Amino acid sequence: MNIDFSLVPVTLDVVHVGLAASVIFLFLLVIIVSRVSKAKSSNQGDSLEPGSAEIKPVEPVVNEDLLKETAPEAALQLLMLLQQDARLIDFIHEDLTGFDDSDVGAAARVVHEGSKRVLQQVFSFQSIRNEEEESRVTLEAGFNATENRLTGNVTGEAPFTGTLIHKGWKVTNVSLPQLAKEHDVTVVAPAEVEL
Amino acid sequence: MRYSIGIDLGTTNSVISYVELEGDAEEPVQGLLDIEQLTAAGSVGKKTQLPSFLYLPHEAELAESDTTLPWGPQKERLTGVFARELGAKTPIRLISSAKSWLSHGGVDRRSAFLPLNSPEEVLTLSPLQATTEYLQHLKNAWGSAFTESSFEEQDITITIPASFDPAARDLTAEAARAVGIQHLTLLEEPQAAVYSWVKAMGEAWRDHVALGDIILVVDVGGGTTDLSLVAVTEDDGNLILNRIAVGDHILLGGDNMDLALAYQVRAKLAKEGKNLQPWQIQALTHGCRGAKEQMLTDDALDSVPLVVPSRGSKMLGATLRSELTRQDVEQTLVAGFFPDASINDHPVEKPRGALTQMGLPFAQDAGITRHIAAFLSKQASATDQLGFAGQDDFIKPTAILFNGGSLKAPILANRLVDIINAWLSEAGAEKARLLDGADLDLAVAKGAAYFGYVKQGKGVRIRGGLASAYYIGVESAMPAVPGMEAPVEALCLAPFGMEEGTDAAASDREFGLVVGQPVRFRFFGSTVRRDDVSGTLLDFWSPEEIEELPEIQATLTAEGRKEGEVVPVRLHAKVTEIGTLMLEAIPREGDERWQIEFDVRDSAV
Repeated sequence: MNIDFSLVPVTLDVVHVGLAASVIFLFLLVIIVSRVSKAKSSNQGDSLEPGSAEIKPVEPVVNEDLLKETAPEAALQLLMLLQQDARLIDFIHEDLTGFDDSDVGAAARVVHEGSKRVLQQVFSFQSIRNEEEESRVTLEAGFNATENRLTGNVTGEAPFTGTLIHKGWKVTNVSLPQLAKEHDVTVVAPAEVEL
Repeated sequence: MRYSIGIDLGTTNSVISYVELEGDAEEPVQGLLDIEQLTAAGSVGKKTQLPSFLYLPHEAELAESDTTLPWGPQKERLTGVFARELGAKTPIRLISSAKSWLSHGGVDRRSAFLPLNSPEEVLTLSPLQATTEYLQHLKNAWGSAFTESSFEEQDITITIPASFDPAARDLTAEAARAVGIQHLTLLEEPQAAVYSWVKAMGEAWRDHVALGDIILVVDVGGGTTDLSLVAVTEDDGNLILNRIAVGDHILLGGDNMDLALAYQVRAKLAKEGKNLQPWQIQALTHGCRGAKEQMLTDDALDSVPLVVPSRGSKMLGATLRSELTRQDVEQTLVAGFFPDASINDHPVEKPRGALTQMGLPFAQDAGITRHIAAFLSKQASATDQLGFAGQDDFIKPTAILFNGGSLKAPILANRLVDIINAWLSEAGAEKARLLDGADLDLAVAKGAAYFGYVKQGKGVRIRGGLASAYYIGVESAMPAVPGMEAPVEALCLAPFGMEEGTDAAASDREFGLVVGQPVRFRFFGSTVRRDDVSGTLLDFWSPEEIEELPEIQATLTAEGRKEGEVVPVRLHAKVTEIGTLMLEAIPREGDERWQIEFDVRDSAV
């Protein structure tokens, strides 16, 4: 069968009426969605404005878009790796009372060595600040508040000068193994039966 | 994009490196392939190294989704990290060291006998098939990362130990053909290490070596120790590298060192009344490897604790503890593998007992220094044709290049340099210097990829050719003496140094081959007889200079001839572009050619 796309429908059949209606519907939908999201972003902007010092009671509005559920798959995968290489689940489930420190220490070596290997394989770490800890640092106005946490006598205006307590960690790269689609990630350690 | 791919097909790990061939850049862009492989059930990770292990699971052992790779499930044969992990717990289903088997002249390398001594229901594979499996995995991993550049169409260089015999080289090429590789070259691993060093130095390499230098390459891999000599000569004012000699096949490497340490610790535990189970020894070996690396790189450490946790979910109390001390490491590694030796201390090989279980012919003498002393002494005349002066009793290297992870440890590397320098000083020669700058773990793969680039005429190329002359055994025309085997003479077919892509003259001598019946010949090689040309007939030689290799076989097909007819043929050798030796039988008339097969054997293991 040959179809000529340059042809204009000459008769008005049901299919074409339906197509026209859905085009109009989709067009309206796009307009509505874009208006709603614009309104939402301007609301957010208002509440974050640092200048508005006047305190108004905030109406609790449940907005599901503000929070997200994290997928458990990656967490289970990491747990599997930590059990496989570092016996972490076994170790944490042990009751330490009754064992002396040398026993705990021996097991801790296994956990430490293995966890270190897993973390090195999966994550690339970088410290957020390169200054020495316990040295004085200054944060200029507009500093990244996610990367730098102010504590103690938090008053006044930027620049803020204080003591660097912890240099912070940032993950620059995550490389978890890929998973087979059907793989059951809840099995973090299979039972082992020796024949 | 076209690439030159270098594959280090190692005894315990394989690595792929690549260089772009079509770039305009002055210095070629080089990369390492992150090889996708199963790292646990259902998990696919990317690693620079693919552990050369093949696991043959029971059908009830794994779910199909446990073995999914980007190119489909690996139901019957697993390779890589997960294979190694599974095999540690179920050794009857694990194939390891396939490469050592591939080069073992004492077995039929085409017969399926691996895993060795496994129960009958376990699927078995030949060393050739196992090698093919590893290449297939590497091919798939390449395809998954480079969807635009098909693996088969790239220039591929696979590295092999310099000591591989013609049969092992042939089998490696056959495995490569089986996965569809079209443009293949085989490169000796020590040469690849030199290429990698040249690449790392850039143009400055010429400042680090000079005319008259002899570089000793010591490559201590996971399973083998490979030795080569590279001489620096000059042609029209340009420096030229010549690989002038290679060592014998020595099955001795880093894995032996880890095992030796584990046995040392086991003996210590046995004194405390603790006897270990096999799985504990394995875990201990693993622990010793880590502890050894820590101690060899950190001089301040006097001991590293070793912990083998229980296998059950209860960790406390049942944990086995010991430690590896500096004294253990020095005693075992330094005294055991790098013992003080004079240039005249050579490895002692005792005849093996008749009841020896079939296995790999591991080196009986673990002293790597003694193996090096033997090599330098045996090759004393290696530079005669180059006119280098003053070699006398042994070759006196002026520079040393190391390769292999075991030699990353400064304490071992320095010791080796000191011992070699002691030999040189005693003989009144200058001390050799260490050439560094190459990455000891990845140099072979990187050098192989760079070699593909050099092959296009873009850099210095090492001259090599055959590192051995090859002979065929001919029954001598002597009157028979009852009770005595007829003496055998050796007819040289392929002279030392034959280059890739060249032919030797066909033998003057004719042999009668019976159509349809395989005919066997004894086959010999010599890594020291440099002056024999094709056609040289030897009626006497010393056992050190000529080594007998597995028999070779010619079969004349019956096409166009009568079964049982005797056809006079001459034998002719050539070295292919790939780097394999090829022997052919040529009839007196006609232009037919019959290839002579290496490595034939009546019975399987």
